[in-house]
Amino acid sequence: MTAVSAEVVSGRAGAEDPARSEGCARPWSDGDGAAPLAPRARLLPALVAVYRAQLSRARVARIPLLFVATFQSVGIMVLMRGVVDGGDEARAVVAGSSVLVVAFVALNLLAQYFGQLRASGGLDHYATLPVPPAAVVLGAAAAYASFTVPGTAVTAVVGSALFHLPMTHLWVLVAVIPLAGAALAGLGAALGLLAPRQELATLCGQLGMSAALLLGVLPAAHLPAPIGYARDLLPSTYGVEALARTFDERPDWLLVAADLGVCAAVGVVSLAVATWAYRRAAVR
Amino acid sequence: MGAKQAERGSPGRATDDAVCTVRGLVKTYPAARGRRGAPGAAAVRASDGIDLDVRRGEIFGLLGPNGAGKSTLVRQLTGLLRPDAGSVDLLGHDLVRHPERASRLVGYLGQESTALDELTVSLAAETTGRLRGLTLRDARAERDAVIDELGLAAIAGRPLKKLSGGQRRLACFAATLVGERPVLVLDEPTTGMDPVARRAVWAAVDRRRAERGATVLLVTHNVIEAETVLDRVAVLERGRIIACDTPTGLKELVGDEVRVELVWRAEPPLDVPEVAALRDAAHESGRRWSLRLAPAEARAAVAAVTGGPAFAALDDFTLATPSLEDVYLALGGDRTEGLVKG
Repeated sequence: MTAVSAEVVSGRAGAEDPARSEGCARPWSDGDGAAPLAPRARLLPALVAVYRAQLSRARVARIPLLFVATFQSVGIMVLMRGVVDGGDEARAVVAGSSVLVVAFVALNLLAQYFGQLRASGGLDHYATLPVPPAAVVLGAAAAYASFTVPGTAVTAVVGSALFHLPMTHLWVLVAVIPLAGAALAGLGAALGLLAPRQELATLCGQLGMSAALLLGVLPAAHLPAPIGYARDLLPSTYGVEALARTFDERPDWLLVAADLGVCAAVGVVSLAVATWAYRRAAVR
Repeated sequence: MGAKQAERGSPGRATDDAVCTVRGLVKTYPAARGRRGAPGAAAVRASDGIDLDVRRGEIFGLLGPNGAGKSTLVRQLTGLLRPDAGSVDLLGHDLVRHPERASRLVGYLGQESTALDELTVSLAAETTGRLRGLTLRDARAERDAVIDELGLAAIAGRPLKKLSGGQRRLACFAATLVGERPVLVLDEPTTGMDPVARRAVWAAVDRRRAERGATVLLVTHNVIEAETVLDRVAVLERGRIIACDTPTGLKELVGDEVRVELVWRAEPPLDVPEVAALRDAAHESGRRWSLRLAPAEARAAVAAVTGGPAFAALDDFTLATPSLEDVYLALGGDRTEGLVKG
């Protein structure tokens, strides 16, 4: 379909061009005249391609930030150690600090990334490729959630050692990281894509992380009622609760599952919103 | 102002070998509200009734100063921007109704590379191919072929961010070529490139046209490049096409006028009557005078400045046949700084 007669192809100089090409056979045009469309990229392969590309960015740009995220959380635990000694509070501190890594990277950094991409016109690149919007959003969100794995695991282990908590059920991180990651990355992506300006995207990301820090790490029992409600509204809270529950000797797995279920639901909704926001941002 | 309309063909009917037919395209950016103290910007008509026909297999250029509406036009042709009115037909597809189809017909090289900046050259090309719907195997094969073709092998493993502007541009161009498309839309593809890279770009474009009949729509600021690579060129000014023809055809519009450049050592010798007479026709910038004259006048002018007492004050002079830049100025482009980016 892309073949064209030699006469049309070879001519480039001269004002006579238009007249010359008339009357040439045109093997390209078919019946109704519309050229066939190139295939669309399918969701899964496109998602994997975006995910791989985003992961590779970590090597260039993200590693220092992962250290920052982990140091921040470990530092908070060290600080809190002077105030908190064991019990429910220790669990809240360790769980909150671990999930904070997810909030820092998935929510804050992803909001910044999409905000910057949108402001600089970088979204045009994706918008001019036949790729499903969900692949771009989910691929980036999955990559940012993956970035949090080492930091979260290190924080949880260091915290457990620091506060003498059992590490028996830390495997639950396998569920907590992707689900809290989905919820927070979806929120981050939506904020980054919806914020009218890049600075606002950064601001929202930072505020979201600060909220996750204060409302996640401080033990819930000590918070005033209105702030308690705010805590209930924040999706990271359910990741924190789920992780905190597993420090019990015999965790109530039903409640853990319920908490993670909230994360999953928020993840689905926020990623859907982010996909919608991407579509809106890409074509103006 | 010479508002010659775009095409020779009858408007409203696309010629049979048209790849891209644009009729009555209008896009207005709404007025921006002012922020505390600063005045708001007025509404801008970035496309003001554009008619355009791009034919199969040609390299078609959009030329115009900053803010003329070139990028706005291109964004409407690539489905990135919805026009307020008018029609865009690309290879038989209505892009106003189905903007998403553009991505399956067009390989687009925009001005921004932020989406690819932190990837290596090779991964940027491969990922772009994957997102154009290629299988992993095809994407890798095409990636390798394009990297070879453009001479990027030595920097294939380096992130775009760490490359020079020209190299980065070439890497983005490579990504544009992975996953073949019948139409290429290139927004200032050679900005910042050295001559070797430029040549690689034009060779690659030519090859796609010769072997596969690709059509290329090119946005450019660079008049010299426009003269050498374009089959036809449309000159944009304030959202309108003020001329559209081959570079040669456009140059005929300014007739046989000759451009005379005079550079004075210091002050021009205005006491010489011939020089004083030339001053009215001259565009002055510092010590340099630029004039467009009929051949006989030009001969007389050169004789006057090189023969008499004026010669002592003359540092240098050149005579040149008109360039596209002269065409632009002659067409009534009222921005005297011309087309080339400052």
